[in-house]
Amino acid sequence: MISARGLRKAFTVKNGTLVEAVRGIDLDVPRGEAFGFLGPNGAGKSTTMRMIACVSPRTSGELSILGLDPAADGVRIRARLGVVPQQDNLDEELSVRENLYIYGRYFGIAKAACWAKADELLDFAQLVDKAKTKVETLSGGMKRRLTIARSLMNDPELLLLDEPTTGLDPQARHVLWDRLFRLKQQGVTLILTTHYMDEAEQLCDRLVVMDGGLIVAEGSPAELISRYSTREVLELRFDVRQETTAQDTVAGLAERVEVLPDRLLLYGDDGERMLTEALRRGATPISTLVRRSTLEDVFLRLTGRSLAD
Amino acid sequence: MSGSPFTDPSLTARSDPGDPRFPADRGALLVWEYLIRGWRRYLLSSTAEAVGAPLLYLLAMGVGLGTLVDRGGRTAALQGVSYLQFIAPALLVAAAVQTGMNEASYPTFARFKWQRIFWGISATPITPRQIADGQLLYYLTRMATGSALYYLVVAAFGAAGRPLGVVMIAVGTLTGLSCAVWVMVVSATLRGEGGAFNVIFRFVLIPMTLFSGSFFPIAQLPLVVRWLAWLSPLWHGNQLARAATGTHGDWPSSFGHLAYLAALAVVGVAVARRRFEKRLVV
Repeated sequence: MISARGLRKAFTVKNGTLVEAVRGIDLDVPRGEAFGFLGPNGAGKSTTMRMIACVSPRTSGELSILGLDPAADGVRIRARLGVVPQQDNLDEELSVRENLYIYGRYFGIAKAACWAKADELLDFAQLVDKAKTKVETLSGGMKRRLTIARSLMNDPELLLLDEPTTGLDPQARHVLWDRLFRLKQQGVTLILTTHYMDEAEQLCDRLVVMDGGLIVAEGSPAELISRYSTREVLELRFDVRQETTAQDTVAGLAERVEVLPDRLLLYGDDGERMLTEALRRGATPISTLVRRSTLEDVFLRLTGRSLAD
Repeated sequence: MSGSPFTDPSLTARSDPGDPRFPADRGALLVWEYLIRGWRRYLLSSTAEAVGAPLLYLLAMGVGLGTLVDRGGRTAALQGVSYLQFIAPALLVAAAVQTGMNEASYPTFARFKWQRIFWGISATPITPRQIADGQLLYYLTRMATGSALYYLVVAAFGAAGRPLGVVMIAVGTLTGLSCAVWVMVVSATLRGEGGAFNVIFRFVLIPMTLFSGSFFPIAQLPLVVRWLAWLSPLWHGNQLARAATGTHGDWPSSFGHLAYLAALAVVGVAVARRRFEKRLVV
């Protein structure tokens, strides 16, 4: 579906300096896979997505989408893609149904077929009641569902979702995940960017972590966790500034210890045993938690805890 | 129950590049179709304005002010026609210019900046150039229908001159286009909040409307500023529209006016298409 070798993208910004947003990445996404790009802001995820969407020419490297070269066949590729942009770009003054209709028209779909498809997708997006409503009155979650429905007007083989659930409440996110999961079951290849780890774990068969324009890790969520983190994590919460003294107490207990302002994170295979031993050595946490490692642990380890921007 | 988007195979009207329905050559028309759909919401108020404005202007200026102007007998400066006949073609052209420049400013800019609609369209098989062309077709539609309605009102006032005067509809549309494309270039280039449009309206559109021979011949202007009128597309449009009514002008000068407006429009279209590409493909 997608294959990239040494893919690069550089922009010239205002003062004439060259900014390398993507600095040489390799990708292979087979048909039917749900593939995720994880990474902090500015990691190059969206730039990569725009290159895949054939709206941003690559600076160098090879890129093939659906077996075609975006530089030569952008129009043909776009005809078979669905795109859910980071920011909604619906026509707020038209109705929900009209938004679907006009978008289908851009793919050359006949008028009657466009209306029929629009009705079908209204059902899929649970927006039947809102069909005649102006888009500007919809909630954020509804707009997002409409944007996803819109991206399906041409029955895309490949669906690109750039931060599909950013800014939504938990209910709206779960409804969206449910819809995306259905699409995946129907064999649509999904490519998504996110910085929600739970989203990545829910939806992605495989993912890459990007940082500074490069891919720093690649694998299934479970693989990444086993490779870059431990099975379990013990979290010890302390009163302010006691965590530094506690750090000495627990030294050597875990494979890796991470120090946060109010907490120590102990990475190891058996959380309970680390806890028992820490308490035996005289640590006095105000609360404790043993949990399994998540992608978030992987992510923070790989991309650091400092803010990207 | 929620259906899946893939249940009914008869509806999977996939657009295939090999399919004749594929919009490669009619993308601009599809964008135009969309813009017309948006316009339909305002059709009533838009039509009311398109008929009401000429009615008021012709009554107030052509008839009201005209009574004073014509009191001293028809002056040679107005080529011997009544003031109403003198300003009617110019008012029509000015209205088309205003419609075109208005549409090319905030509404177009908003599709880049706030609504981001052009980015949505450019994710489909439609190209940035087709988006630009669709916009142009839409401006042309707005200006042509506006000018046609204006012409009907002018004709009702008996100020449209000979039957050939109907050509002023095309003249208005072309003049409007020659101005609108350049505002469209600004819309595709601006990054800020669109304050530049206020500058354009205040310091370009209004002076141009007042000093392009619309309300008085530019021969009344001092020589030092008359060249500004010669640069004004509106002046060329006015002269051409008056020539159509048969009250003024000759073939060679008409050809010159036409060439000037066409050149402004053609170069503007080329620049606007480039600007759309630069903005949407990054």
